[in-house]
Amino acid sequence: MNVGLNEYILLSVLLFVIGFFGVLLRKNTLVIYMCLELMLIASTLALVAFSRFNGRMDGNVFVFFILTVAAAEVAVGLAIIVALFRKRLTVQVEELNSLKN
Amino acid sequence: MSNSLFYFFAALTLLSAGAVVFLRNAVAAALSFFVSLCCTGVLFVMLDAYLLAFMLILVYAGAVVALFLFIIMLLDMQGGTRKPFTKASMVASAIAGALLLVGVGVFAKHSEFAATAATLPADSSFSTDLKVYGASLFTTYLLPVQVIGFLLLIAMLGVIVLSKRFDGAEDIQ
Repeated sequence: MNVGLNEYILLSVLLFVIGFFGVLLRKNTLVIYMCLELMLIASTLALVAFSRFNGRMDGNVFVFFILTVAAAEVAVGLAIIVALFRKRLTVQVEELNSLKN
Repeated sequence: MSNSLFYFFAALTLLSAGAVVFLRNAVAAALSFFVSLCCTGVLFVMLDAYLLAFMLILVYAGAVVALFLFIIMLLDMQGGTRKPFTKASMVASAIAGALLLVGVGVFAKHSEFAATAATLPADSSFSTDLKVYGASLFTTYLLPVQVIGFLLLIAMLGVIVLSKRFDGAEDIQ
């Protein structure tokens, strides 16, 4: 039996869950950001698979946009992390607790 | 042949994604993120999305991972000896991830999704030529292209403002 849509979607869901797990688990902001990107990649994989199996190009064009937005997002996010580091000298989320209490 | 290729690269993608989550060293995490991206690129090729695979490797594996590595080096945030996570957060995250998985599973089981085409459509009218992308980007998706261009401009301005040093702010000198 050939690999079908279900396998691709299962892979995409698993990748998304791993990314989600990492966002909740890790404490280094940079690694959290990488896990966030993993979730984004999982959703693009689902879009490409749906697009291929439905025989329409719209999903692929949408992934094109997602890649563009992701590139902009990474640039802005890393600039925010650097600004945060300059102010607090840490990127560990458990030390960024000034809103606590 | 293509089946075993799919399973190989799917397993490699998941393995390296797991390595991103569990590796203590941030540089090692970034490198396994790179491996994961390359494997996803291969899966894109298997789905006939050649341009997207190329862009994924170029934009993500090239620019984004390089930027991540650069920032890790700049902030000297490899991790080293400190524990990356505690046991309590491990349990909580595992429960949250399992809940998400179960939620998606229940949704997939009870929706019409399972009944749609699970195999490749027979007609070969589907093509991922560059020409098709160009045609749809400049007709159907013309407005989104312009919005994206504007978004990139805004992002560039935002990064410039963010990386500027303000005199009044309580920066660490």
